[in-house]
Amino acid sequence: MITTDASTIDIACREEVEHADTVAIQTFGFWIYLMSDLILFATLFTTFVVLGGAYAGGPTGKELFDLPYLLGETLFLLFSSVTCGLVLLALHDGKKKWVLIGLAVTFLLGLGFVSMEINEFHGMIAAGHGPDRSAFLSSFFTLVGTHGIHVTFGLIWMAVVIAQVAVKGLTSPVQSRLMRLSMFWHFLDIIWIGIFSIVYLTGVV
Amino acid sequence: MFGKLSLSAIPYNNPITITAVGGAVLLGLVILGLITYYRKWTYLYKEWLTSLDHKKIGIMYIILALVMLLRGFADAILMRSQQAVAAGGSLGFLPPDHFDQIFSAHGSIMIIFMAMPFMVGLMNIVVPQQIGARDVAFPFMNSLSLWLTTAAALLVMVSLGVGEFSKAGWSGYAPLTEQQYSPGVGVDYWIWAFQIAGIASTMTGINFLVTILKMRAPGMKPMRLPLFVWTTFFTMLLVVWAFPVLTVDLALLTLDRYLGMHFFTNTLGGNMMMYVNLFWTWGHPEVYIVILPAFGIFSEIVATFSGKRLFGYTSMVYATSVITILSFSVWLHHFFTMGSSPNVNIFFGIATMLIAVPTGVKIFNWLFTMYRGRIRFATPMYWTLAFIVTFAVGGSAGVMMSIPPADYVLHNSLFLIAHFHNVLIPGSLFGFFAGFYYWFPKAIGFRLNEDWGKRAFWCWLIGFYLAFIPLYVLGFMGMPRRMAHYDNPAWHPYLLVAAFGAAVILLGIVFQGIQLVVSIKERHALRDPTGDLWDGRTLEWMTSSPPAVYNFPKIPIVDEVDAFMDMKGKNVAYRRPDQYNDIVMPKNSAHGLIIGALAFVFGFAMIWYVWWLAILAALGMLFTVIARSMDEDIHYIIPAAEVERIENERYRQLGSIAKRRPTDEQTILEPVPEM
Repeated sequence: MITTDASTIDIACREEVEHADTVAIQTFGFWIYLMSDLILFATLFTTFVVLGGAYAGGPTGKELFDLPYLLGETLFLLFSSVTCGLVLLALHDGKKKWVLIGLAVTFLLGLGFVSMEINEFHGMIAAGHGPDRSAFLSSFFTLVGTHGIHVTFGLIWMAVVIAQVAVKGLTSPVQSRLMRLSMFWHFLDIIWIGIFSIVYLTGVV
Repeated sequence: MFGKLSLSAIPYNNPITITAVGGAVLLGLVILGLITYYRKWTYLYKEWLTSLDHKKIGIMYIILALVMLLRGFADAILMRSQQAVAAGGSLGFLPPDHFDQIFSAHGSIMIIFMAMPFMVGLMNIVVPQQIGARDVAFPFMNSLSLWLTTAAALLVMVSLGVGEFSKAGWSGYAPLTEQQYSPGVGVDYWIWAFQIAGIASTMTGINFLVTILKMRAPGMKPMRLPLFVWTTFFTMLLVVWAFPVLTVDLALLTLDRYLGMHFFTNTLGGNMMMYVNLFWTWGHPEVYIVILPAFGIFSEIVATFSGKRLFGYTSMVYATSVITILSFSVWLHHFFTMGSSPNVNIFFGIATMLIAVPTGVKIFNWLFTMYRGRIRFATPMYWTLAFIVTFAVGGSAGVMMSIPPADYVLHNSLFLIAHFHNVLIPGSLFGFFAGFYYWFPKAIGFRLNEDWGKRAFWCWLIGFYLAFIPLYVLGFMGMPRRMAHYDNPAWHPYLLVAAFGAAVILLGIVFQGIQLVVSIKERHALRDPTGDLWDGRTLEWMTSSPPAVYNFPKIPIVDEVDAFMDMKGKNVAYRRPDQYNDIVMPKNSAHGLIIGALAFVFGFAMIWYVWWLAILAALGMLFTVIARSMDEDIHYIIPAAEVERIENERYRQLGSIAKRRPTDEQTILEPVPEM
């Protein structure tokens, strides 16, 4: 192709276009991570569905699950998602104090959820219905426990972010981290709804 | 205090193992001694180990892959020579216990610690440059992936001298891998090595997906991407889709072994088929993960060395996407014989045959690219041609095995071994070798000696046929895989030929070693001063060889597929920009190296039940991640004046070549101003 000198200079020296900013790239990367985590949970759900009926003479879901207790546990997590959403609104308005208060409330609600789950697990294991009792219980403890471990890591992350907001203020890296933390938190909420429906509700019905 | 670990874990009574361990330790000590003698520790630490530069990370990945290739090949030689002598009454020199560890280690190493790092290494060096970027999207995570992979590879190596490796094959089928049947630490070594490397791969997948989707130069629209970038993209999609399944599968097996759960046990409701299904849900996409990037490499090489645009670029992209999707619908063909109904088997059989269609499209596209091209026969092209022919044979064997009734006869026989080596060696390893020879000058700055390269190539190719064609025959004769010894004398001659083939391949590897030494000696004569040694078509040939740390002083603007060829055609490829700007680059970081070291300690402690150490290492990793997140001083700025100095140096070099070769139309340059 023949081009004039002027046009070639134009092509070579066009303004360097900046890439999408760092925060957008980090958020996008985190989305992809969440999708891979979703596959991880999908695999655990599949395992539960396949092995969920293998009681091996042990207790069934109907005998083990206490729905009113689980409703309380669920409400802790759902409300923590609401407060997490409010944190982002405060972040949007740049209100550092409200961000900290919102994160603290979210943290406590999350802690309540994890504590109730540990209590539930502890009661089952103490009664001899631990994960080594049957394939059903193995897959139950692993699926629900993996979610619980995720929430626990979310809490550790939240503690770090609370410290960073308090010390560094709402800088751009801290904001980016907060955005991703809230994505993670809502994601775990959605997974929990899956667990509640597929593991607990189906187990009791 | 030390869990299951005691001095008896060291296999001092096994002369073969202890010789290998002694050799490896001695070699390690010599290397460490040389580094100390030449006072290179600071250089190594600052320029390499803590570097976040994608090119250096890529080179380190490839070094890891080559080291592991030697280890995996040593295993192969042992197996071939054992089967060559263990005929009739003879038991050979390897007891079954040791033989089983060798074939398990061979498969695990070649897939996870040779093919994967080789592939990721080439991607690291090439992909950012091909899309006109300065680095990957997450340079720190890139370094973390490298060191986690290295930690996992180190676990496999350590299993040689401390304890044992798995005896249950690279696929580790339950319930054989359950505590009841494999009480030793071998399976645990295998589990933790795979688990750590798998997590590293998932991170690499996320990293490259974001890099390709978000970091492309302006004008680099999807249908202008080089084909290697396309295949990398689909590969990484497969990684992100498939590796979490492996993570879960291994985690469930771990829970069975460590906490007495019942996912895959024979008792209390466990279901061993769950393991096999999950393993191949990852495992089948995994073979495309290591083959698709090689297809991309061949596409680049065929186009460059035929001096033509790739034939059927669009169909190539679609064929790759079809393979990507189909790869998730064929996993059951790995266990046709395990009791599914005929209709299920037929579904997976047909899905498997369908994959031959897009693969055939690719083969024809490569052939048509060469058709009426002006082909230059450099080493990368040798490997490409060998691939096309050899891969077609192996692929046809695969279509044969996709017929369920035929598979009932061939399953678990040496026919299967011949088949998958016949697709993976040309399809994956030859591709990575081709890429290695093609991009070596780009990454290092000088090309490799062609004569020794061709000698090595012929040894590899002839050795490959000698080693694997007899295995097809043996498969038809009914010889199963993984036999430590056998009493059928009719098999013996074929196994002798196969062992001879392995020896010829060994000669090829020796020649490759000689080639490296000779090339390093002749590096001044072999230097690539232009950065565009092969008359390349894509943007990585626009940078100098080796590229400046920032790759491109100005981000290029892309107007065409084969962007660099297009620029050369328009005489704008080497235009100097009016002015240079400051460039922001990621600072070195030791956090990835530290996390990798701690991951090794964590894996080792878990394998030997040293719980306190495992907890400490896990906490250490957590705190290192938090420390990294606290660090906000993670970039440095290369001032515009420094960029200008580096670029002026480059243009001076280019100018002197243009003067020496005035007819060379590729290097039309503006005069270099005197400083």
